[in-house]
Amino acid sequence: MNEFDAMYREVILDHYKNPRGHGEIEDADAQAEGQNPLCGDEVAIYVEFGPDGETIEDVKFRGRGCAISQAATSMLTEMVKGRSATEVASLPRDELLDEVGIPLTPIRLKCALLGLGVLKVALHKAKGTPLPEEWAGVDELQIS
Amino acid sequence: MAVSSGVKLDARALRADFPILARPMGGKPLAYLDSSNSSQKPRQVMDAEREYYETSYANVHRALYELGEKATAGYEGARETVRAFLNAETTREIVFTRGATEALNLVAYAWGLDNLGPGDLVVATELEHHSNFVPWQFIAGRTGAEFAVVPANEHGELELEALDELAARGTVKVVAVGYVNNSLGTVNPVERIAGWAREQGAITVVDACQAAPHRRIDVQALGADFVAFTGHKMCAPTGIGVLWGRRELFERMSPFGLGGDMIRSVSVEKTTWNELPQKFEAGTPPFAQAVGLAAAIDYLEAAGFEAIEAHERDLLEYTLGRLGELPQVKVWGPPAERRGGIVSFDVAGVHPHDVAQILAYDGVAVRAGHHCTQPLMTRLGVPATTRASFYLYTLPEEIDRFVEGLHRVTKTFA
Ligand SMILES: Cc1ncc(COP(=O)(O)O)c(C=O)c1O
Repeated sequence: MNEFDAMYREVILDHYKNPRGHGEIEDADAQAEGQNPLCGDEVAIYVEFGPDGETIEDVKFRGRGCAISQAATSMLTEMVKGRSATEVASLPRDELLDEVGIPLTPIRLKCALLGLGVLKVALHKAKGTPLPEEWAGVDELQIS
Repeated sequence: MAVSSGVKLDARALRADFPILARPMGGKPLAYLDSSNSSQKPRQVMDAEREYYETSYANVHRALYELGEKATAGYEGARETVRAFLNAETTREIVFTRGATEALNLVAYAWGLDNLGPGDLVVATELEHHSNFVPWQFIAGRTGAEFAVVPANEHGELELEALDELAARGTVKVVAVGYVNNSLGTVNPVERIAGWAREQGAITVVDACQAAPHRRIDVQALGADFVAFTGHKMCAPTGIGVLWGRRELFERMSPFGLGGDMIRSVSVEKTTWNELPQKFEAGTPPFAQAVGLAAAIDYLEAAGFEAIEAHERDLLEYTLGRLGELPQVKVWGPPAERRGGIVSFDVAGVHPHDVAQILAYDGVAVRAGHHCTQPLMTRLGVPATTRASFYLYTLPEEIDRFVEGLHRVTKTFA
């Protein structure tokens, strides 16, 4: 498989064209939005917890961005549903990257990890879980 | 606009001067369509810099031995080359900086902090590169002046009718405007804007980064007060830029960078400033890079600015014609007669990153992003665009490969 076919493989294009978990949750229990300063791509994430206030019962996103950032966020929503906020807050990025399953240059890596970063920011705001490294030091005022 | 001197550019022959263009990228021949981001360098420029290091190198303006004199002569000779290129009155008006960003920050800080205050209006445009936008927004905030922008229409051209309305909002003190916009290639009517600014008693600060590589700039005819450009987009090394400013203004301004070389005398009680232009060149300047810039100007002059402009105009028209094949492609920006060699576009349903990535697999280098013009992107209602840009070494077959790549993009995302 050449690089081109590897990156734009069917599953990526499918998630891009038919994103899972696309939309908003009104009165979400946790939410955040973030941008990739390199390209201006945006993702907003909404989380609803179950009755225990800890299990992620539903998660949705809205965004504008490249196939990689949108497909990765789409995959992320499938991956985290039913898991606990604490667990997801420390979800290793490789777990998502394995799912995305394509070779990524450093710039594209930022695209693939945008949604995960924003989800962790949302959990941080709602639950005080730790911020991911690349968002550490972001002033609270800048996190909307 | 392009006045054909009848001299045609032989782009194919010129390419032999740019060794990097012969190197494959990812196993494919390189089609470099990202020159407005940064241009490639001809051997003549690299050779001039190497020769300077090999024969004339010591620190400038300090050493009393022969090498120091030769180094200073090289640096000051470069200043004269830049003066002639800009048709400035004197080399005292030519300040070397590390790039356009530093040059524009210099004006915003050194002129702005002393001349702006409440009731004043600082005007930039919606087309500005962040480097002629953010410093003014910031210094306006610092001084209590108001910050406003000249809006652009959906073709990325300035709505000059708005100028007089803006003037009602305060005393216009500064108009910051780009000569040629870097995202869409819009050529702004800078002389007209500078004329308007003068009527308001305001200064005009021109960002000429995308003009200097492609067209002759006559600062006296332009009627502006400051003109900044950067070397690396015009065949010169990185780390060198120029700020031209009117002597009267430079003389009355406080310095920006403080330290060595920019002083006349320093004591515990009081420090006085050096003469122009050293007053604005604190520290050891990028003087070898300045020699490289002078070699780049010589190189471009030899190719001929009229010929360069005509060549890029041909490529632009060819590209716009070929993009017509692709109904999914929407080209932003004004008609060809009012733009430089830049084509920014949108492929329906495909993000610019993906467009650029797929083109890169074919060896075609373009830029995808907001191009440091987020206010303009907001105006157009997109987060980013894909941009192809041309220079004197660009060939029509590179455009063909670019268009073929776009066919592959639309097929992939169909
Ligand atoms: C229009 C314009 N202004 C300013 C700049 C900044 O130039 P530099 O980054 O070399 O300081 C650029 C290039 O990035 C540009 O295209």
